[in-house]
Formats: sequence, C-alpha cells, structure tokens
Amino acid sequence: MKKLLKYLADYKKETVLAPLFKLLEAGFELLVPLIVASIIDRGIADGDMGYIGRMGLALASLAVVGLVASVTAQYFAAKAAVGFSAKLRQALFDHIMSLDFTNIDKAGTSTMITRMTSDISQVQSGVNLVLRLFLRSPVIVFGATIMAFTVDGKSALIFTAALPLLAAVVFGIMAWTMPLYKKVQAGLDRVLGLTRENLTGVRVIRAFHREEREEEQFRKATKDLAASQIFVGKISAVMNPVTYVIVNGAIVALLYTGAIQVNVGTLTQGEVVALVNYMSQILVELVKLANLIITVTKALACADRVAGVLEIRNAEQTAGLSEKSRPDGEAAPFLEFDHVSLTYAQAGAEALHDICFTVNRGETVGIIGGTGSGKTSLIHLIPGFYPATEGTVRLEGQDIRDIPEEKLKSLTGIVPQKAVLFKGTVRSNLQWGKPDASEEEMWEAIDLAQAREVVEGKPGGLDAEIAQGGRNLSGGQRQRLTIARALVRKPEILILDDSASALDYATEAKLRQALQSLKGKTTVFLVSQRASSIRWADRIIVLDDGEMVGLGTHEELMKTCGVYQEIYASQYPEEQGKAAPDAR
Amino acid sequence: MRGMKKENGTDRQEDSRGNGQGNSRNNSQGNSQEDRREKETDRGEDRNSRNTQNSRRGIVVQVLSYMKKYRLLVCLSLILAAAVVALTLYVPILTGDAVDLLLGKGNVDFAGIAGILKKIGAAVVITAAAQWVMNICNNRITYHVVKDIREDAFHRLEQLPLKYLDAHAYGDIVSRVVADVDTFADGLLMGFTQLFTGVLTIGGTLFFMLATNVPIALVVICITPVSFLAARFIARRTYSMFRLQSETRGEQTSLIEETVENQKIVRMFSREEAVEGQFGEMNERLEKCSLKAIFFSSITNPVTRFVNSLVYAGVGIFGAFVAIKGGISVGRLSCFLSYANQYTKPFNEISGVVTELQNALACAGRIFELIHETPQIPDSPQARVLTDAEGNVALEQVCFSYVPERKLIQNFNLKVRPGQRVAIVGPTGCGKTTVINLLMRFYDVNSGQIRVDGTDIRDITRGSLRTSYGMVLQETWLRAGTIRDNIRMGKPEASQQEVERAARAAHAHSFIRRLPDGYDTVITEDGGSLSQGQKQLLCIARVMLCLPPMLILDEATSSIDTRTELKIQNAFAKMMEGRTSFIVAHRLSTIREADIILVMKDGNIIEQGNHETLLAQGGFYASLYNSQFAG
Repeated sequence: MKKLLKYLADYKKETVLAPLFKLLEAGFELLVPLIVASIIDRGIADGDMGYIGRMGLALASLAVVGLVASVTAQYFAAKAAVGFSAKLRQALFDHIMSLDFTNIDKAGTSTMITRMTSDISQVQSGVNLVLRLFLRSPVIVFGATIMAFTVDGKSALIFTAALPLLAAVVFGIMAWTMPLYKKVQAGLDRVLGLTRENLTGVRVIRAFHREEREEEQFRKATKDLAASQIFVGKISAVMNPVTYVIVNGAIVALLYTGAIQVNVGTLTQGEVVALVNYMSQILVELVKLANLIITVTKALACADRVAGVLEIRNAEQTAGLSEKSRPDGEAAPFLEFDHVSLTYAQAGAEALHDICFTVNRGETVGIIGGTGSGKTSLIHLIPGFYPATEGTVRLEGQDIRDIPEEKLKSLTGIVPQKAVLFKGTVRSNLQWGKPDASEEEMWEAIDLAQAREVVEGKPGGLDAEIAQGGRNLSGGQRQRLTIARALVRKPEILILDDSASALDYATEAKLRQALQSLKGKTTVFLVSQRASSIRWADRIIVLDDGEMVGLGTHEELMKTCGVYQEIYASQYPEEQGKAAPDAR
Repeated sequence: MRGMKKENGTDRQEDSRGNGQGNSRNNSQGNSQEDRREKETDRGEDRNSRNTQNSRRGIVVQVLSYMKKYRLLVCLSLILAAAVVALTLYVPILTGDAVDLLLGKGNVDFAGIAGILKKIGAAVVITAAAQWVMNICNNRITYHVVKDIREDAFHRLEQLPLKYLDAHAYGDIVSRVVADVDTFADGLLMGFTQLFTGVLTIGGTLFFMLATNVPIALVVICITPVSFLAARFIARRTYSMFRLQSETRGEQTSLIEETVENQKIVRMFSREEAVEGQFGEMNERLEKCSLKAIFFSSITNPVTRFVNSLVYAGVGIFGAFVAIKGGISVGRLSCFLSYANQYTKPFNEISGVVTELQNALACAGRIFELIHETPQIPDSPQARVLTDAEGNVALEQVCFSYVPERKLIQNFNLKVRPGQRVAIVGPTGCGKTTVINLLMRFYDVNSGQIRVDGTDIRDITRGSLRTSYGMVLQETWLRAGTIRDNIRMGKPEASQQEVERAARAAHAHSFIRRLPDGYDTVITEDGGSLSQGQKQLLCIARVMLCLPPMLILDEATSSIDTRTELKIQNAFAKMMEGRTSFIVAHRLSTIREADIILVMKDGNIIEQGNHETLLAQGGFYASLYNSQFAG
C-alpha cells in the first residue's frame, strides 16, 4: 500500500481536508449530549422556556453545520479516491503494457485483468472509506471519553475501563475471523470451479459417466463451505451480544456511581444522562469501525496485489556477452543464430537447444516441426521478444541485444499464430503496422495478403467496423488482415507463424505467390505444419523437440532428413513409395 | 425439494412426470417412439405452467419449502428476535426510570435504583444470550438452505439434457448456482430477519412512545419520513450517474481485456503508447463520471443523519416544554431521545432491505427456474447395461434436427459391423458433430432408432452406452488438478504404471516428463500453459487408459502435427483392432483408410461409401478430395 500512496500525492489537499471536515462533524456531534444535559439541568429544572428554545436552535444549527461539514468531507474524499484510482489505473495499465514477454507469461492474463479492474475498484472504495470514516470513528470513541472526563472525572474512569475491553472484543474477534473468511472464500471458489467445469466439460463427464462422482464431489465441497461458513458465523455472532453487555454494564455502573454522586451533589441529573449518551455513541461507532476495518483489510490486500504487479521488473538487457567479431574478410550474414538455446522462466527443460544457422537478406526460410518442437520459440527470438539463454542472435553482425528494442521491432513484421484484430476499423487495425500509412500503402498490403475481397466485401471498406478481437470476421478473413497488418510497414523481416492455417488451399497458394514476389527484398520466415506450405522456401529448418535436426532445401531434406521425410510422408501418403521413412 | 413440489401447486407437473415414467416402464423395446413423442409434448405444457407459477408468490412458497426442514430453528429464531427487540427497547425505559430517581442532592432513592439496575442487568444478559443464539440459528438456516439449493441445482445440472446446456451460456448458469444463490441468501434470509426485527422495532418504539407521550411521539412520527424521502430522492437522481459510470467502466474493461489478453501483439507492433493513450482518454471520462456518481450517492448518509438530528432537536425542545409542564419525566425524556436516535435506523434499513428482497427474489427465481428445468428422461429400470460391446452399430431411418424448423438428418441408414472404421467428412459446420451427439445419446433422435449390438440405445443405460465409447473431441477439456488426475478421469483407480502406459501410447509421456512436477504438475482449468496440441494428447491418453470397446474421434488430432498424429493413429489402430470407430476428420489421409466414409453437407449425409467408390462417383467427395490436393 505504501508504494501506492504516491498516486495520492496530487490530492494532498483533498486527503487532508476530507478527514478534517469529518472531524468537524464529529466534534459537533459530541457537543449534542452536553446541550441536552443543560436543557435538562437548566431548562427543565428552572422552567426556562427561552433557554430551551435557544438550546433547541443550537441543536438544529449543529445539525446544519454537521451536514455542510460532512457533505464537504464526502466531496473531498470522493475526489481524492477517484483521482487516486484513476492515476493508479493508468500507471498500472502503462506498466502492464511495458512488460516483456517473459513477464507476460509469468503474470498471466486473467490475473492482470483482475488487478486492473476489481482490485483497483476495491482499493478505490477503501481509500474513500478511510478518508471518510477512519478518523471519524476513533475521534468519536475517544472524544466521547474525553467529554466524559469534562463532565465528571470519576465517572469517566468507567469509560477508560470499558473502552479497552470493547476494543479487545471487537478487534480480537476480527483478528480471529479474518483468516477464516479466506477459507470461506476458497470454499466458494471451489464450488464455482466445480460448477464451471461441469458445464464446460459436460460431454467428457457424461462420456466417462462421472455424473454421480461429480455430484459427490460437489456435495463435499458445499458441505465444507457450509461448515466453514457456520464456524465463522458462530464466532462473529459473539461480537454484538458481548459488546452490548459491556456497554450496558458500563451504563449500569455509570448510573450507580452517578446515583452516589448526585446524592452527594457533585453531579446533576442531566450530566448523568449525558454520560449515558456518550456511552451509547461509543457502541454505535465501534460497530461502524469494525465494518470499516473489514473493508479496509480487503482493500489493503488488493492494494498489495496491485503493488505486486507494479513491482514486476523487466530483465535488464545483458548486452554483448559474447561479442566475438567474425573472422576477418568474411562479410556478416544478414541474420545469424550462433549456438542459441532458450529456456523459459519456470520451465523444466530447454525449449530450444543449440540452434545454429545463417540467413541471407531476401531469403525465404521455412520452419517445420511437430507440436511443441520450438518453432514459435525460434521466431520469437528474432525480434528479441525473449532473450536467448545461451548463444547470440546477430543481425548484420550485430548482437540484437545491442540494437534498440524499438528499432529491432520496426524492422520486423510479425503475423502471430492467433489471428486477433482489435476493436476499431480495418484502417485503425492496419495502422498498427504503420501509424502513418497512406491509403495506397494499405491497399498494397491488403492485396499482397489476398484480403481485398474481405475489405471490399465489408460495408465501408477501409472504415468497416471490426468488433473486439475481430469476432465479426471468419478465421480466414482475420488471418488475411493480420498478414496485411504486418505487411503494411514493409518490414525487412517478415515472420508468418502458421498464419495460413485457416486459409483454403487456393487462397494459400495465391498468398504464396504474392510472398514470392517479395523475394530478394524481404527476408521471410514461414512457420508451418504443412510441408506443402514451405517446400518452395530457399531453405527449411526442421525442428524436433527443440533441436534443429535438418537444414536445407526440400530436395536436400528429402534425401537426408528422417524427420522431414516422416512429416512429408504423413501428409502425402501417396508418395510414400518414393521416400520411405526409416522406422524410428 | 420433493416435499416442496406438493405445496407450490405443481401437483399436475408431478403427475405428468409420474405418468411419463410409468409409460417408459411399460414400453417394450420397439414401440417406444410414439410414447416418447407424447412425453415431449407433456413437457412443453409443464414449461408453460411453470412459467406462470414462477411468480413472486410461487418463489416465496418454494423458498419456504426449503426452510421447512429447518422450521424449528426458524420458529426459535423468530421468537428470539421478538424477545431481543422487546428487551432492547425496554432497557432505555429502565435507564430513564433510574435517571428519574436521581432527583438531586440527598434526594436519591438508592433502593429503587438498585432494583432497576438489577433489572437492567438481567435484561441485558438475557438480550445478549438471545441475540447470540438467534445469530447462530440464522447462520445455520441460511447456510444449510444455501447448501441444499446448490446441491439441488447441481444435481439437476448433471441431469439436464445437452439440448438445454448447449442453448444456454455457461457463465449464466454458473452465476445462477454461485452468485445468485449467495445474493438470495444475503438478501432473502438475512434481509428477512432484518425486516422482521426492523418492523418489530418500529412497532415497539411507536408503541412505547405513544404510550409514554402522544404529542412528542407525533413530532417523531412526522419528521422521520423526511429522511426516507430524501434517501429515495438521491437514489433516483444518482441512478443515471451510476449507469453512465458502469457503461464507461464496461468500455474500459473491454479495452483492458482486449489489450491485456493480446499484449504480446501490442508489444510486437510497439503500440503500447497508442493503447495507453486510448486508455487514458477513457480513464479521464471514467474519473469524471465516477466522481459524480460516488459523491452524490455518498450524500445519502449525511442527509439522513441530518434529518435524524432534526428529529433529535425537535424531541429535545418539544419534550423539554412538555417536561416543564410536568407532562413527562426527565428520565422518560432521555429515553425518548434515545428512541428518536434509533427509530430512523430501521426505516433506512427497511428501505434498503426492500430493494434487496426484490433482488433476492429475482435471484431465487432464476435458481428455481434452473432446478425445475426438465431433466433428461431417466434410464428405465429395465434398461440394459452394455458390457463388452461387440461394436455392431446400426442407424435405422434416423431423423433428427435441433429445431423443428430446420430439418437436419433425415431417414439416415447406416450399418456398421464390428471393427469397421467410419469416417465422417464435410466442410466445417456441416453437422459432423451431430452424428456424434446422436451416437453418444447426448441428443435423442426425433424418429427412427440407433441400435448397438441389436438394442435400441434408448433401452441401454446412458452410463454403459457412453463408457463403451472412447471419445476425444476437438475441443479439449481438462480440469483443474494434476496431470495424473486428468488422465485418470475415466478410471480413478488406475495405477501409475497404467497411467504412464496410456500417456506413452498417446505420445504424451515425453512432454509430461519435462513439466516441472511431471505427472503431479497441477494445471489450471483449461490447461493453462499447455499448448493446444499437448492438451489434445492428454485427452487421448485419458481415453487410452480406459480401453473402451468403441471409439469416437472428433477432429481429435487437429492441433497435433501430422507426424505425431500418424504415430497416435498407429496407437489408436492397435488399440482399435477389431473395434468399431467413428472418426470426424479433415485430413484426407486419415479418411482414405476408413471402411465407410460419410460425406456430409448442410447437415445431411449426401454420400456414403469407401474412398474408391466415392471417387469413382465423381460427386462432392471427389471434388473435396481434389481441391485439397490441388496445391
């Protein structure tokens, strides 16, 4: 929470004024029993109607002043809380957007969305409540005690005895139940999880005929939940009765000592009434305080989680570790992987192991391999999304870690596996690739990506609406637009990560031809599971379990690479005779 | 739940259901179809009667019937609540009486005070005890009713036909079972006790006040409703502000979801700043409308407090005037003042409780709607338990459609001999999955019948029919838990060796081994960090472990690379030797080896035969085949 306080800095004035006005209101409230006492002792005892009228007016004006003060306090509190959360939300969003790929993997999407939304809302209402009430309740509690001292020191001692007792009960019970409520929440999460699983997996559950076992599991979960709820309930049920007993016990004591003192003449009837009123005020405020503390604790927990995200730091670029200049006389290749290995954070094994190859400018490189063989990992190393754990990736002889991130990214155009577009228009999506792209440039990219019919088929053409995630387009349409998005910036390196999977064969063939026209200008990396998609590449990298098991043209690999032969044979069984795979 | 139906006027429904079951019991194997139809129409009427019966009163009656089980606790709680209210109201009177005995120097009735103080002490202790027991009773009732309702809802969930589940958003059903039940519990059960004690308190206070002094009581009664009206007025005014706030927040949330979910793409294109700008603009708007909504709604409290203070001042002045004239004692006046302080509280609470109650009733209605949804027709007691199916599958004159207006499968006939491989092909969305829905009896045929080993599948228990098939779907589903538990889904007692053997057969062993905790790695719901292909391998391992006599593969290997797929196919082939299998596939290499190929288009089976005959026909299959290999 401390770390988040700086976002409150711009609202210093509000943060100070809100509790101050609240204090004012509380102060006025504390005067009320005194006025009532004097009404009794002077007004009624002396039969002074005028005095009573004045005191009544005083009560009413206290109410008005209290209203003004508290409305002012509410305003400042709301302003500070809302402003604070807006600043925090922006800061958190900016921070999340700046995280590198490793951290994105680590933090998890759904977690971050929760942090951005519900957690910050909780923090906001926490701040709001604290500003409004956190001073008020203690001030009334202690203020009432102090006022009691001004009325009568001896009786006030009863307050000093009752107060710690009350505090002990209220806070003791809260301290006891708070962790138990976490257990309740966990139980509820379990119930929710089971329900959701049984819906999303209904076919599998019924296929395995697990209905009864699922019900049994669910019954156990609800039983546990009810048990923990009832247990917590039992403890919190103690709070109200016990505080009630303490406060009324104190009132009895007040009346008793009061009786003695009235008899002696050191205390008046009205003063006893005032003391009793102060005691009642304390009870009301303590209950409020307890509720407040629960909300604040929740808010603090959320604040900690938010702060946790803000603390995530991107790894420092460790540049130039293996800065070996190339042997003299040899020109640096366009792109070079020099004994590159990659292990993801928190992963058990290497995703890529000792990858070595070079690519010349303008070449087309196909990458093929099985599920989880490391194809995507490999291409993500090129724009430096992940740093190589070992070895070096070099662009024109320069370690890519020495190239500024922005520059490196602007050189590459990537079409990710998941074809996602963003809410907006076709134009706004293409501007992702190049913010200042002209219409001609856009249409050129659209043509290359075989997406002209998609764009022209939509009302509005370039300004056609795209729904969130591009849901109003088919998979194939989306894929073509994501290709256009990458092409519009005319990248030096174009990376297509299995980006034609949703295209039919005819469209894919046309796309292939279009890509071939880029030959010599643009270096293209083509990831695919289909041998047919990459067989025309200048060279093909064959990956298997993170290792490079083949490098060459289609013809070469068909002769030398067992894995490639197997992949090919699995897709073209009719040619099996020609390329008999070795049994592995 | 059983008992409840009698009460809420659903006797008719119960009857018709009873008849339905009676019918199916009488059915002989062959002629069950007509009866089934009849039952369907019966159900339709049930639904109508249910809708009318799902009125507010109906809901309350149903809630009461859930509470019936705990009626002793409920009665106890109500009695205790009344006692608590009465005693809490009595204590200020006693206090006032005590004050009245403190008349001044040397004029204190100690004996009287001692007596009153004893009374106060006794009242307080009894109140506290009663309150404690009441709290515990309420807790018990609430959480047990919640548990009962959830269990009934879940029980129904497990029995609902897929027809219902497929047509309803999962999120909606989940929120009924979880959030709605909670809101219901908070609102209705807790709200009810609040309402009850609130009304009692108001009534009691009014009674005591009127009994003590009518004119002062009238002052209180006249001023209090002002706070009520003020709160209403503010709530109405702030409604539109809150709506604007939640709209803006919704807009922002969808931007957050979009960009955070696809953050890698944002980074790839260096769009961070642009997105942040977009976010900032929304954030500013949100800040403005949030401030308005929060500020105006937070005025409610000060305003009601203000009205309260006015009441207090009014009672103070007026009471003092009356006291001078001797109409009321000082003690009674102080008692009046403390009542005036408390009197408005239940009013504010009740106004809150009423909206909460309405909300709770609506939630309860949604839950009961789910609980009373018509379940699938239960297996008849005579139903055969299918063990070691041979794999004779026959579809005879099968007609099926999801909605009557759109005819799908019509008069479909197919005979599959044990061990045959049936491939189902066609463009996406042509209804290949429908066939699987029918085979697995996720849906029942409209007419005609499907027989397995000669028995109509409607006369086989669902459990034994379904476990006779090993099913792998394109949409992988894994549950939160360890990898091992996921593989053991169909056979929880399987040993580690068996699990490993299945995983090896599915070619999943090598990647599982590389996970941080191997087979004990805990995955989140939906597989979390596993790739689509890996998830599919796990689903295959799950089936490999059970070794069912028949197999259904719905694009089971779509996310797996062809080489691994080939190996898995081999494993499947080995496992399926002599066993019947149905395969929905898009790879023609898989399809060619099938004994029977069903070609589907727009929900209909348009061609049927093996690869050679279909190619020779030169129909849809032939053109499909040629288009795929024309690359």
